Amino acid sequence: MKLTIERAKQWMRKYNEQIQEQKTYLTELDQAIGDGDHGLNMARGFEEVIKKIESTNYTSLDALFKDVAMTLISKVGGASGPLYGTAFLRFATSLKSEKEADRTNLAEGLNAALEGIKVRGKAHAGDKTMIDVWEPVVNYVRTESVITGRKLAQLAKEKMEETKDMEAKMGRASYLGKRSIGYIDPGAASSYLLFASLADCFEKGELQ
Amino acid sequence: MDKVSIVLVSHSYDIVKGLKSLLNQVQPDVSIAIAGGDGGGIGTSAPAILEAIESVYTEKGVVVLFDLGSALLNTEMAMEMLGEERRIKIADAPLIEGAYAGVVEAGFGHSLEEVVYACEHAKDVQKINR
Repeated sequence: MKLTIERAKQWMRKYNEQIQEQKTYLTELDQAIGDGDHGLNMARGFEEVIKKIESTNYTSLDALFKDVAMTLISKVGGASGPLYGTAFLRFATSLKSEKEADRTNLAEGLNAALEGIKVRGKAHAGDKTMIDVWEPVVNYVRTESVITGRKLAQLAKEKMEETKDMEAKMGRASYLGKRSIGYIDPGAASSYLLFASLADCFEKGELQ
Repeated sequence: MDKVSIVLVSHSYDIVKGLKSLLNQVQPDVSIAIAGGDGGGIGTSAPAILEAIESVYTEKGVVVLFDLGSALLNTEMAMEMLGEERRIKIADAPLIEGAYAGVVEAGFGHSLEEVVYACEHAKDVQKINR
């Protein structure tokens, strides 16, 4: 399948549903090791994202994802606004003004988004952040010849769960040191939902 | 002569509002803008920071001071949105003491680099001589 404008909207709709459903859970994760607003912030941001993209007719993917980015930057507080905002902004820039993206474009776009997250957050793999989900997922999309939705979602889930045993090196959670061990990172959890929603949009479960 | 302007970024509007009043009393000739809170609540917002910077921007430059964690991410985001050719620097300084030192330095008409140095140096000043 290709990522068309309609499918991109579908991805954002599914993600919004997931975020709204899981906002209490995400907030609980953040209360354990952060400042306790991740779920609420993301829910507020994506509600606005959906309003914006449903009321706009897009002729290119970059225009759509730029709107997603700008909405998140202006509506989501904390670290997640600039981090997800930067990710979608870089994703949009990489996709340029194309109407659809194939697997290679998508892999490049996701990689550009990951690089943006790294630059903005100054974090690395193993720091117990969203990068611990993003990096392996992006590598999977870039290197495997056949990408299936099922595997993509499964990988994202595994990587999210692995953050549970890590010690936080970034953000508020890092002040807790070893006490941050035992909790899933909230950014890793919301990133898992993002990729699970993308995986859900694949036709016949396969991306070519 | 133009002076370097100061932007104060905090998770709380009340914090920077109070700090601005304090600094205005110390040095009324320096332009100070504030970006505090996020949509009326606690947090920081890149568009609000961008707006604050724009409101006091001069060719001489703007120094931004912030309180905690994600305030830095949002300030960097705002600076990226403003473009690289602008004379804006973030000071790695304690918000109150740094801003106090910065506003005094800016009041003398000193350069952006000197104001940033003054802000950052405030970190090393011992408050109690033990």
